[in-house]
Amino acid sequence: MGTIRDKVAIIGMGCTKFGELWEKSVDDLITDATYEACEDAGIELKDIQAAWLGTVFSGHTALSLSSPLKLNYIPVTRVENMCATGTEALRGAAYAVASGACDIALAVGVEKLKDTGGAGVPPANVLGRSTMGTTGTELELSPPAMFANLAVRYFHRYELAPDVGKMLLAEIAVKNHHHGSLNPKAHYQNELTVEQVLKAPIVAPPLGVLDCCGISDGAAAAIVTRASLARNFRNDPIYIKSLAVSVGPSRDPISQGFDFTHIEENVRAAEMAYAEAGIKDPRKALSVAEVHDCFTIHEMLVYEDLGWSKRGRAAEDIEAGTFTLRGELPVNTDGGLKCFGHPLGASGLRMQYEVYLQLQEKAGPRQVKDPRLGLTHNLGGAVWGGISCISITGNELSKR
Amino acid sequence: MVGITSFEAYIPAYRLSRDEISRAWGTRSMGGERAVAKYDEDSLTMAVAATLGCMKRGQQTADGLFFASTTSPYKEKQAATIMAAAADLPREARTADFTDSLRAATIAMNSAADAVKSGTADNIIVAASDCRMGGGKGQFEQLFGEGAAALAIGKENVIASIEGSHSVFSELLDMWRLEGDRFTHAWEERFIITEGYLKTMQQVISKVMGKYQLRPKDFSKVVYYAPDRRSHSSLARGLGFDLQAQIQDPLFDSIGNTGTAALPVMLVAALDEAKPGDLILVANYGDGAEALLLKVTENIKGFDRNQKMTEYLGRKIPISYERYLDWRDLVPLQEFARPESRPPSITCLWRESKSVLAFYGTKCKACGTPQYPPQRVCASCQSKDQFEEYKFSHRKGEIFTYTLDYLTSNKESPAVVGMVDFEGGGRVMCEVTECEPSEIKVGMAVEMCFRKLGQKGGIQNYFWKARPVP
Repeated sequence: MGTIRDKVAIIGMGCTKFGELWEKSVDDLITDATYEACEDAGIELKDIQAAWLGTVFSGHTALSLSSPLKLNYIPVTRVENMCATGTEALRGAAYAVASGACDIALAVGVEKLKDTGGAGVPPANVLGRSTMGTTGTELELSPPAMFANLAVRYFHRYELAPDVGKMLLAEIAVKNHHHGSLNPKAHYQNELTVEQVLKAPIVAPPLGVLDCCGISDGAAAAIVTRASLARNFRNDPIYIKSLAVSVGPSRDPISQGFDFTHIEENVRAAEMAYAEAGIKDPRKALSVAEVHDCFTIHEMLVYEDLGWSKRGRAAEDIEAGTFTLRGELPVNTDGGLKCFGHPLGASGLRMQYEVYLQLQEKAGPRQVKDPRLGLTHNLGGAVWGGISCISITGNELSKR
Repeated sequence: MVGITSFEAYIPAYRLSRDEISRAWGTRSMGGERAVAKYDEDSLTMAVAATLGCMKRGQQTADGLFFASTTSPYKEKQAATIMAAAADLPREARTADFTDSLRAATIAMNSAADAVKSGTADNIIVAASDCRMGGGKGQFEQLFGEGAAALAIGKENVIASIEGSHSVFSELLDMWRLEGDRFTHAWEERFIITEGYLKTMQQVISKVMGKYQLRPKDFSKVVYYAPDRRSHSSLARGLGFDLQAQIQDPLFDSIGNTGTAALPVMLVAALDEAKPGDLILVANYGDGAEALLLKVTENIKGFDRNQKMTEYLGRKIPISYERYLDWRDLVPLQEFARPESRPPSITCLWRESKSVLAFYGTKCKACGTPQYPPQRVCASCQSKDQFEEYKFSHRKGEIFTYTLDYLTSNKESPAVVGMVDFEGGGRVMCEVTECEPSEIKVGMAVEMCFRKLGQKGGIQNYFWKARPVP
């Protein structure tokens, strides 16, 4: 099997502030993120030869990208993979330049969820099903309730007392909010205390409001080119080491194999990504990681799914501060979904934006030491039939 | 010989005490309690529960299903077909709704008996069920209860033979609902009881006793409908029966007046205690009256009476009056501010009716894994189209993990949802009903029940849920 390792470089990125952007339209967000990325890459919009748009609910077809930007008759594609949509857009653009079909491609992710007049995203019942007609008997479950299944079973399996388990989850929220407090682009820039998290209203036990990421508006964009051309644009391009996506067969909710204490798609995507990037010991090799902390329990499982903590023992690493900004492997240094909120189509590229800044050592007060390799991770779909997307990028070409 | 071949009642688990109603309104309490169908139950789902119980107890199927109710979910559209599909009856089964009369259950029983006698059917299940409502502060709100009963009428393995019957009709507007009325109306009580109920019942019971030359003391049990407790005992006294020794408890204190289901529920309770040779007088009232003579056979000895009605009545969950108001949509509520899901497609429901209504999945012939919903490609071994039908509705399961969803659009928050692992394989994530949030546990034993999902897209949708094994 071929590899994308070191074939593609990111030469420019842009990211809007995330939040309740009442005064901005979807088109505004696309325009702001794209122009910032072009400026960062030192190119003009007309230099872009192909483009990918990732959005779940905020657009339809490639016209949602070409129209606001007035892209001139170039190939444009819209992609959708639920919460993994942003990374999917980057994957499309990266594969296009890697194939040689074009030299410069654009990936934009956008979502505007705050114009609906209601809180939350549509129920997860129709994931993977036609929206043109259903029996109406599908279970409607809110996203936090879906993830709470994991917490209930994880606590049961590893015999964590409910208050102990809830405390561990709270630590994750507190960590991410501390990181977010250092980030002017985050939706929420406030610090949290463990007590605040523990006392927040329950939405799906053990998850309280502060175990959940917010819903927000935002967009992020990336310009990619072939690695061999990257230095024509800038001295510090970021190289793609791997782009892995693992899509589950959704057998977990119908056959009794699924243990509800891990996400198999995460494990498979990580295996693919580490193999493609040539990483043997990810906990040591990675300098920084942006993972899908839609709910604190998922970040906890990710520590294990991605091979950083031993099975059933993420608690030890949480308690040791392994994943804090000054820890062994800082996770969600920008504040994560927890502080950025989760505009579905934008999140993957927003994560990439943070890793890009970190690898260029431009992350200011959030900067990790001696960065080499960074990882982003999204989980789309349901916990029992998911789409796990991982990117690994680095600031050097591998020595071969 | 034609008669009852199986029987079962279904009484919802929830109870509203009449003192609780009087607390809310400051009115006089009738005492006792009434059964309340949960918001995910209606006459149809209760009748399905009784029908499935009847088929299970009698270890039988049926070639006909008659639904008797004054509260069918549809005004135009048969309910019995939905029930027959849920009970997985053969396509050739005859179905009918007997509606609008409180006497519908015995009318349906007579029609079933006639069909069996004539040889056009072998075993017809009559399922009677009602969810009538009385207006707030009124006596019917306290008096009425909700429940269902199913009686199979056939000629093989008859438990209680129908020895005779007599019917009269009488045109008297005593109780009614017009199109669109939610609550039952009634004319002045003294008139409708003395001139209507008592006279008509005395007439039909005297007539059937005269016709078969029977005296009051010949009956082991007398089972009859009455609108309320007082008229029930008046009738017994008027006819010379021994209230203590002969009369079946009308269950007003524990269930309430369950409308068309009242008489069949009482009959199930009587048959639960019956002995071979017992002669039972059955009389029903509503737009006239009907009397039936039943003789209990030796077959009652072999009949499964492990779970009797009385035990059903022991399983109860008390609810507040406010909760009752909410369940019945009797108060306008704050709109729910979350994204709405789409209404069901009737085409999709038709295409998947066997899995939706009868809860069929598939079992892989290559690797033996049961799975729901039906698959084309096996979730375990990926064989294509190597499946046989596999029914999940009667299987027991266990909660593998669960979630309490406070962001639900359900009537009550949090929604209790569990991942059910079935005995013999297969799993389904579904709602767990009749389970308070604090009760659900990993490893809890559950069974499946047929429930109402609510109205969306102008139709009444039904599906299966889990509930704790009582």
